[in-house]
Amino acid sequence: MGDMNEIFETGRKTLQEVEQRLEMPRREFLQFCATLAVTMGLPSGAEAAVAKAIEAAKRPSVIWLHFQECTGCSESLLRAEHPTLEKLILDVISLDYHETLMAAAGHQAEAARKAAMKANKGKYVLVVEGAIPTKEKGIYCKIGGQTAIDMVKECAADAAAVIAIGSCASWGGMPSTISPLSDSSPTGSAGVAEVLGKPVVTIPGCPPNPYNFLATVVHFLTFGKLPEVDKLGRPKFAYSRLIHENCERRAHFDAGRFAMEFGDAGHRQGYCLYKLGCKGPETYANCSTLGFGDAGENNWPVGCGHPCIGCTEKGVGFQKPIHQVAKMLNVTPPLQYPRIVEEQGKAASFASAAAVAAVAGAAAGAAIMLTRNLGLSHAAEEAERANDAGKLSADKAGV
Amino acid sequence: MANHQHAAPAPVGGSLVNIVTLSCGVLIALMAAILMVRFLFGLGAVTGLNDGYPWGIWVVVDVIIGSAFACGGFSVAMLVYIFNKGEYHPLVRPALLASLFGYTLAGAGVIFDLGRWWNVWNMFWPGSINPNSVMFEVAVCITLYIMVMWIEFSPTFLEAMGKTDAKKKLGKAMFFIIALGTVLPMMHQSSLGTLLVVMGVQIHPLWQTPILPLLYLLTAITMGYAVVLFESCLASSAYRRKIEMHMLTPLAKVMLGFLAVYLVVRLGDLLVRGALFKAFVPSVEALMFWLELACFIAPLILIGAETNRRNPAKLFLAGVLLMLGGALLRLNGFLIGYETGDGFTYFPTLAEVLVTAGMFAIEVLGYIIITRRFPVLPREEATH
Repeated sequence: MGDMNEIFETGRKTLQEVEQRLEMPRREFLQFCATLAVTMGLPSGAEAAVAKAIEAAKRPSVIWLHFQECTGCSESLLRAEHPTLEKLILDVISLDYHETLMAAAGHQAEAARKAAMKANKGKYVLVVEGAIPTKEKGIYCKIGGQTAIDMVKECAADAAAVIAIGSCASWGGMPSTISPLSDSSPTGSAGVAEVLGKPVVTIPGCPPNPYNFLATVVHFLTFGKLPEVDKLGRPKFAYSRLIHENCERRAHFDAGRFAMEFGDAGHRQGYCLYKLGCKGPETYANCSTLGFGDAGENNWPVGCGHPCIGCTEKGVGFQKPIHQVAKMLNVTPPLQYPRIVEEQGKAASFASAAAVAAVAGAAAGAAIMLTRNLGLSHAAEEAERANDAGKLSADKAGV
Repeated sequence: MANHQHAAPAPVGGSLVNIVTLSCGVLIALMAAILMVRFLFGLGAVTGLNDGYPWGIWVVVDVIIGSAFACGGFSVAMLVYIFNKGEYHPLVRPALLASLFGYTLAGAGVIFDLGRWWNVWNMFWPGSINPNSVMFEVAVCITLYIMVMWIEFSPTFLEAMGKTDAKKKLGKAMFFIIALGTVLPMMHQSSLGTLLVVMGVQIHPLWQTPILPLLYLLTAITMGYAVVLFESCLASSAYRRKIEMHMLTPLAKVMLGFLAVYLVVRLGDLLVRGALFKAFVPSVEALMFWLELACFIAPLILIGAETNRRNPAKLFLAGVLLMLGGALLRLNGFLIGYETGDGFTYFPTLAEVLVTAGMFAIEVLGYIIITRRFPVLPREEATH
């Protein structure tokens, strides 16, 4: 009994410590761990491992680089509330370099980065946000006089793991969009994997769901390795299904109910946005099952009534026009769809009722006339026959 | 047939231009104009069809009722060749002619009603066919039967063109064609009933029964004889010929036999299924049911007695009533007792009525032209 009490006591102490450190109630902390475990599709019981890993407070060093981007990915991470970003960067990880969030500036900042890299050589996590311009030796993006190419190569050399966050870092994203009039993007933007020449974990999205990123980091903390990824480097727990497969509007698609234009009857009733160019059928992501911004489900583009633009899919997002109809990767719908309001037919018009009556009347009249004539000629024949028979008998009698 | 000597068929002759043929011409021209609009702008442009009533009178009247009216050839051929009643042989050719037109137009009528008619070839394309479909059975069977009937009727044209050798050669294979010509309509006339069986509860209980195929087949045969009575009386009146009462009177008896069997099966089925009470619930369906039943029972009263069967007026009326009864059975099942959901209604538009009228006009005009110019009707004896 004494042992058990000790175990409980230790557990309680650890949780109390975490509670104080993260300023997060115990219940909420365990919920957070369970949420991340579920996001990653881990088996039940894994939340304990996750909790333990975060409790241990090893706080891996994270270096976060920004290149050609809008900081939208960082902004979206700021909206995460389980835990809030400051808790994450101060207590779960040690964010040693992040241009938007760090207090340091100028050479001081670069010195901090170099110091962190040296201190945590081979153990830190490198996160890259933004595309890397490659045209003309990468002169279009420089930090502290160093090009983005050099910087990412330098930081990646001794990193334990490299995570590319956002579509820009994943494959070039919006800056890599090629105009139909030229054969390359203006700055030759490329993703991290392309520049480093080796696969990295990518969390595409514009912005990506912060929990996909957090779950990847926590996976690394818990298991010491990055999660299983698809051929484009995307964690399978988040990017193995088409948005279309789990879309809340899928039933409308299957029933052939489509919004035809913004604000029409179908759009107001939440019909499928396929015909407005929704790229859900060709985009792999968990947007339809994991809402954005901790505001509950339905809080994502399609839930708000806008078609998916395919931001997590190279060649779809920023490449195909937003309202171009998606290519169906599984079931192709028919060319023709039922209308939203189906005509139910009209009652007889005067002309059609008159026509039916006229045909029926003409047929009945003709039949009656013909019957009468046939009857009359039959009666005449019968009378003639009777007459003949009468004559015959009269002749016989006469003889 | 060798032991029966009949007058050989001969063309009736006479002018092809008269008030009837001209009226038919006008109706056919109207139909052609409407069909042009239909094929250019789609079904919605001319018909009152909707999702609740995907078929209207073009299918129900032109195809389903039309092909049942066209069973005269099959019914008489079955009597003459299968039951070896050679005495009815002179009735075969005129009956076959009416059937030929009825079926050929039914086949064409289906195309009018197909939304995407340009895909119709898929019905016969080996890679596209669906052998489990009732529609497929009906489509292939009717197509085959139309071809079989043209072959069956072709001696008439060969005679007129003087090709006796070809006729003789064809004659050797004719037994096979005639057998096919009897089997095929039995298959698809019953399958037209099966079409309704697969629609389940969408059909009113008065017309929904697993034995629909049998009911449709029995009425098709009965209507076949009724059409022969109708057509013989009409042709005799119109061409001022003697009515072939010596054949029609016994034929009417055969018809009444089939009719009696049908009525027993029909009413027995309603009783066994317990659906008869629906006929006493005041509704349009109940009214139509009684009308239909009256049309089937009236001929039994009208020409039940032998003396009445000698009266051509009564035979004609009985034939018309039976045709009407069979038509109502089909109309009631396919349109009036057919309910796919709340709010859907259907009534044929003027254009649909005119197309259907045009289809019947083609039949009448074709019958007149062919009987006047080709050897179909038996030669009138000079002694008359």
